Amino acid sequence: MDHESAGAPGAVTRPANGNATHSHARPTHQPGGGRTILVIEDEPNISEAIRFILHRDGWTVLTHADGRDALERVESCHPALVILDVMLPGRSGFDILQVMRDHSGLRAVPVLMLTAKGQAADRDMAMRAGASRFMAKPFSNAELLAAVRQLVDA
Amino acid sequence: MPRTTLSGTRIRAMRLARGMSQAELARLAGVSPSYLNLIEHNRRRAPETLLSAVAQALDIAPESLTDDAGDALLEALSTAAAMTGADPPPELDRIEEFAGRFPGWAAHLAALQGRSEAQDRIIERLSDRMTHDPNLSAALHEIVSAVTSVQSTAAILAETDDLDGEWLARFHHNIHADSRRLATAAEALVAYLDAASEETGLAAPQEELESWLARHGFHLPQVEDAKSDALAALRDEPPELASQASRALARDWLKRARADALALPLSRLEPALTAMLGAGGGLCPDQLAQDFGVSLSRLFRRLASLPPLAGVPRFGLVVCDGSGTLTYRRPVEGFALPRFGGACPVWPLYQALLQPGRPVRALVETASRPAHRFLAFAAAEPRGPERFVPPFAWESSMLLTPAIPQVMPPLGADAAAPMPLPVGSSCRVCFRSDCAARREPSILAS
Repeated sequence: MDHESAGAPGAVTRPANGNATHSHARPTHQPGGGRTILVIEDEPNISEAIRFILHRDGWTVLTHADGRDALERVESCHPALVILDVMLPGRSGFDILQVMRDHSGLRAVPVLMLTAKGQAADRDMAMRAGASRFMAKPFSNAELLAAVRQLVDA
Repeated sequence: MPRTTLSGTRIRAMRLARGMSQAELARLAGVSPSYLNLIEHNRRRAPETLLSAVAQALDIAPESLTDDAGDALLEALSTAAAMTGADPPPELDRIEEFAGRFPGWAAHLAALQGRSEAQDRIIERLSDRMTHDPNLSAALHEIVSAVTSVQSTAAILAETDDLDGEWLARFHHNIHADSRRLATAAEALVAYLDAASEETGLAAPQEELESWLARHGFHLPQVEDAKSDALAALRDEPPELASQASRALARDWLKRARADALALPLSRLEPALTAMLGAGGGLCPDQLAQDFGVSLSRLFRRLASLPPLAGVPRFGLVVCDGSGTLTYRRPVEGFALPRFGGACPVWPLYQALLQPGRPVRALVETASRPAHRFLAFAAAEPRGPERFVPPFAWESSMLLTPAIPQVMPPLGADAAAPMPLPVGSSCRVCFRSDCAARREPSILAS
């Protein structure tokens, strides 16, 4: 199931249970500035935590949980950044990244890869496939936020 | 005296026990005292003729001075030297002197080498499991995912002062669900590791099987009796067979041994074998296999699992699959078998694998000092029933027996003695530096 959160300050956001709620108070000038980030992650609670963190930083966050149609989702939403899990149902994150890097319209989109395997082999594979950055789970929220800001504004 | 003591040390101990001077023993043995001194201190290896002369002078059996047990110690020390990678390297040219002068330290070093090899294999197996076991990989992925979610959510709860009530409830719910999921995943992982812990014994399943068979002299009497249950040998849960995998291998071994014993009953095989060896024509496995209507591989397996029989030499057996990996090792004294890794590519075992249906017989000479000669018979055949569809599995077997006159085929009137084929155990501990089949440098050659 896909979810979307509005990035504008004071906007209505919708938690994963579908109940609409007003977002909490946020600073007026936020680093995200409403730009879109697509989180492709099949763990709903991780997705929700990332969505909350990024939304508070001013990003519009879209989530997607399935590897099979993830590329179509990337193409359709024109994100400023993709946060991509490696182990996804239907299609691996490495595979999705590879196709993105061979796709003229998606080649320039920065990709932050997440994986539960922090092994050197996975890091190398992610970098060879064209990841902009690799982050091993579990990660700290601050670290994730810093990486997102750095990748989009680089 | 420990069985691992070298010949020189044994000679010296025997001489001193008899109150004989070095000069006197040297005179009786027909060598110079200085040469005997070198031998007694293991700085020279005594030739067999001298060992016989010394044994006669000391009035003892020559066998009590031979180096068979010392060979095993030297082999273990050579392996330790091969693995060290130290700079400067161990003084391999003084290995016998070391073993002779410091037998306790040498035995300790050999034992440490054995433990190190066993631990290396455990690490290798655990590493394989971490990399390839889908159950473990899935369990760890589940735990890491739950931990990631808990950590991120907990940080949000701890660091966000103005969290809206509904978000607060939502995150509390998530963290609760993830902590339960984490507990379940951890329990499942512990249960899995508990169940799998028996697989992390000191030996690989094949070694556990061979260790169990070695305790029984590679012969289990119950396979001889068609009316008894061949698998009864496993009922008392042999301590060597610690893993499920080794018990499965043992069941297969027993079933195969029973089938071999039925096709080659001891009551018929023993007289046929002793008659053949007594007739002076040497050991002819092809003739025996033909007489009993069995394949050479079956005959080899049967000969290598016979009980000790008077007048019948001891047999060793190695079996490999189509990849050349050794799948069974029944050692025979004097012919070193690699404990793990690839074996000597010159072995007739591999030549037979290249030409299934064409058995190979060869006189082989080991790369040990002194060298030992064995008669080797090898044959390859399909493993399991013949079939038209792949995969086609092959198996090669090599029977080994010491090249004593009793087993050697007779030479023709004007024929020269056959040149032995030089073989080793594995390249790493083989000193034949100019061997064309070498696949990696030997530390012994250097």
